[in-house]
Formats: sequence, structure tokens, C-alpha cells
Amino acid sequence: MYDLIFYFFALITLGSGAVVVFSKNIIYSAFSLLFTFFGVAGIYVLLNADFLAVTQLLIYVGGILVLLLFGVMLTNKVIDVELKTGTLQTVPASMIVAATAGVLCGVFYITDWRIVPSTMEMNATTAELGNMFMTTWLLPFEIASVVLLVALVGAAMIARKDKSMQN
Amino acid sequence: MLEQYLPIGFMLLIGIGFGLVMGKVNEWFGPKNSNEIKLSTYESGMPPVRSAHERISVKFYMVAMLFILFDIEVVFLYPWAVNFRELGWFGFVEMLVFIVILMLGFLYVWKKGALEWTGERTKTNNSLLNKKVV
Repeated sequence: MYDLIFYFFALITLGSGAVVVFSKNIIYSAFSLLFTFFGVAGIYVLLNADFLAVTQLLIYVGGILVLLLFGVMLTNKVIDVELKTGTLQTVPASMIVAATAGVLCGVFYITDWRIVPSTMEMNATTAELGNMFMTTWLLPFEIASVVLLVALVGAAMIARKDKSMQN
Repeated sequence: MLEQYLPIGFMLLIGIGFGLVMGKVNEWFGPKNSNEIKLSTYESGMPPVRSAHERISVKFYMVAMLFILFDIEVVFLYPWAVNFRELGWFGFVEMLVFIVILMLGFLYVWKKGALEWTGERTKTNNSLLNKKVV
């Protein structure tokens, strides 16, 4: 049953991922990415990483994907011919892909996988994470808000440069 | 462990099923006496002026970008909210510091005018629409 669910989510992830890559229409790619993110969230759930799964849905599906779609929609006419993707620069691309795949496979074989039996009982991670944020890892937690502040200020500054010049 | 996710699975199935069934029921049993006005994009709204396939304003991108940043803030709120009672006032103050730092960014964005929805483009669009309606 466990394996069946895993292959179901893996199939969703890989299948929609293939559509993202191979689709000629960029808007189909963007929407297909939704299912890829969803499949990855399902795999996180299977790995007992429930907080990560929620984060994946909240940020990637709820935020990044919307941003991506806006990005596609505001760059050009969506149903236009101009947005078709093509195949170009095959040689450098395949070299980079081969190098990346080689490194990934190397890491895959080197890594000492300490496999935990899937029947092992695991607790929900969210409450545990909350406790750790508030006690052991308080400083990184507060620094995260500073990082977000920097991102906010930076985004506002880049987007509204013209207005500050007028003032 | 997977049994905990059974309600989510049911929710998903009901959601997909409800959408499909309602759409199909409408298609099968609904009366089909349509005319040109009924088939228009907005039956009782503004007449469509031009193609909907056009560039959308960059302002949407700005809003989406700010949304993601506050979305990440919510992700940090979530593990705290789960054990809010255990952590008590100490956790509350810690979270207050977190929120206040982000609130500075919010104030900056507000003062900077990134949340304002005025600009040349929307003005011209509105005047165009008003003319058509009148």
C-alpha cells in the first residue's frame, strides 16, 4: 500500500515534470508545474515530513506558481506564437546536463543512506519544530524575519524606483 | 501513520467529485434555451471591449511578490501556533519581535507606495471603459 502510494505520487511528479519540459506552450508548462509541486508534497508526506509538505503547498503552489504565472502573463501574449519554446544550443545544454547528472549519480552512490524502516512510528513534526524555533533555534528564527525584511525592502525599492526619484 | 491523512484524501476526492458531478448535472438536466446575450462573456455586465489575451499590468507581479514574502511569514507562524499554549507568554513575545521586524518592512512598502493601485495605464483603461458604457 505504502509503495503503491509512493509510485502514484512519483508518477504524478515525473509525468507532469515531463510535460513542463516538453510542452511547446509555456502556459501549459506553468500549469503542469502545479502537479509537479503537488506530487513532491505527497512524497514529503510519505517521508513523514508533514511540515515540509504544508510549506511546499503553501509557498510553492500558493505563491511561487502564482508569481510564475503572472510572470508568463505579463511578459507577452499568452496564446501567441512568440511564446513557443524551441530547442536550441543542444551541445552546451547536453554537456551541462551530463555534468549535473554525473554529479547527482555520484552523490547518490557515495551517500550513506541510513534507511529507517517505513513501519517505524513517527510523530508529527510541526509541534516539535515550533518548540525548537522558540527555544534552541531562537536566534536563527528572529534572523529569518530580518532576512524577510530585507527581501521586502529590496522588492519595494526595485519595483518603485521611479516614484522615489520624483519625490 | 498514513491513516492520519485519510481525511485529506477524502477531502480531495469529495472536492474533485463535487466539481465534476455538479458540472455534469448542470449539463445533463439544465434547460438549453440560450440566445446571443446569454452566451456573452458577462451577461449583465460590461460589454467586452477587446481581446482578453493581453499583457497584464506589472502591478499584479508586485502584489504577488509581496504576497510570497508574507506567505513565508505565515509558514513561520504555523509551528508556533500549533503549540501556542505550551509556549505561553515567552513564545508570544518572541513571535511579537518577529512580527514587529516584519511590520517595519510592511510600513516601508506602504510608505513607498508599492501598495497603491494608481498609474497611467489603469487611468487610461478606466476612461476607455467609461466611454464605452456611456
